[in-house]
Amino acid sequence: MHELSITQSVVDAVTGRMGDARICRVRLEIGKLSGLVPDAVRFCFEMVATGPTCEGALVEIDEPCGHARCRTCGTAFDTDDILPLCECGSADIAVEGGRELRIREVELA
Amino acid sequence: MCGTCGCGEDGVRVTEFGHGHGHVVDIEEDILGANDALADANRRALAEQGVLAVNLMSSPGSGKTTLLVRTLTDVGAELGMTVVEGDQETLLDAERIGATGARVVQVNTGAGCHLDATMLARAMAALAPPRGSVMVVENVGNLVCPALFDLGEAARVVVMSVTEGADKPLKYPHMFRTADLVLLNKIDLLPYVDFDVTNCVEAVRRVRPGADVLEVSATRGDGLDGWYDWLRAARTG
Repeated sequence: MHELSITQSVVDAVTGRMGDARICRVRLEIGKLSGLVPDAVRFCFEMVATGPTCEGALVEIDEPCGHARCRTCGTAFDTDDILPLCECGSADIAVEGGRELRIREVELA
Repeated sequence: MCGTCGCGEDGVRVTEFGHGHGHVVDIEEDILGANDALADANRRALAEQGVLAVNLMSSPGSGKTTLLVRTLTDVGAELGMTVVEGDQETLLDAERIGATGARVVQVNTGAGCHLDATMLARAMAALAPPRGSVMVVENVGNLVCPALFDLGEAARVVVMSVTEGADKPLKYPHMFRTADLVLLNKIDLLPYVDFDVTNCVEAVRRVRPGADVLEVSATRGDGLDGWYDWLRAARTG
């Protein structure tokens, strides 16, 4: 359950950065190929977003998918699969994106 | 500059919303940024000391500690090896490693399921690996969580055993896709288990094209010369 420690580090980062300001929303970007489970982050966020500046804050998560290009036939397609297959049957696929793990923004009350 | 939080400095962009409330501050920071910065610091410190750090990862029970004990016995003195042991609880593995005469530091993560760069920094401070040595970090037995955490290592070695499924690399791709070397352990048990080595190697290569795969038996000694040669080559970089 690496999401717990990662979500704690997110809360530490935004509270550290915002000082005494009251945080009401945090927006994250978690790519579908990143290895992090957004639902687990949402669950953990409720547990770790405590204290006077972030109690009750909401978390929003953008989940970009990966973009793949088949090195055999050249077809480009979006994918949620870390090991995608092309419709032509090839597994020789270049995957770009989908591994994003970023804190995008916070909204202050 | 925002009067509430001071944002707007240091390249932070402030976008005002609505009627003077609920303003949004762009952060644009890597979620793993704090860990990655510490890992980079570890990597720099290790490079300055000429220490090769190897992050050894696997599921529980693949034979990491047995492999390490055998490695320390055979080439520990030659390579000046030290060990950082990661487990949730107990000093059991450190005791096994220490019995070989090697210097070892045990990190107990408690509820944690992986080592991170902060833990390694503390372990390095206690261990003080000698210049030009090899420091092996035995991560917590777990094929999922340790994959995401850079410790500052120079190389990642994943151990899997023939008593696991040959499809493990496909089922746990995050772990295998960053492996520099895969050690397929317990090959002395191949006559007794239904395990297709060719399929396993193909699965590794699909997830990590170009990864080296070495077949070894930590208990019987098969293939270990290849592992030791890999360590020697990695140390001289």
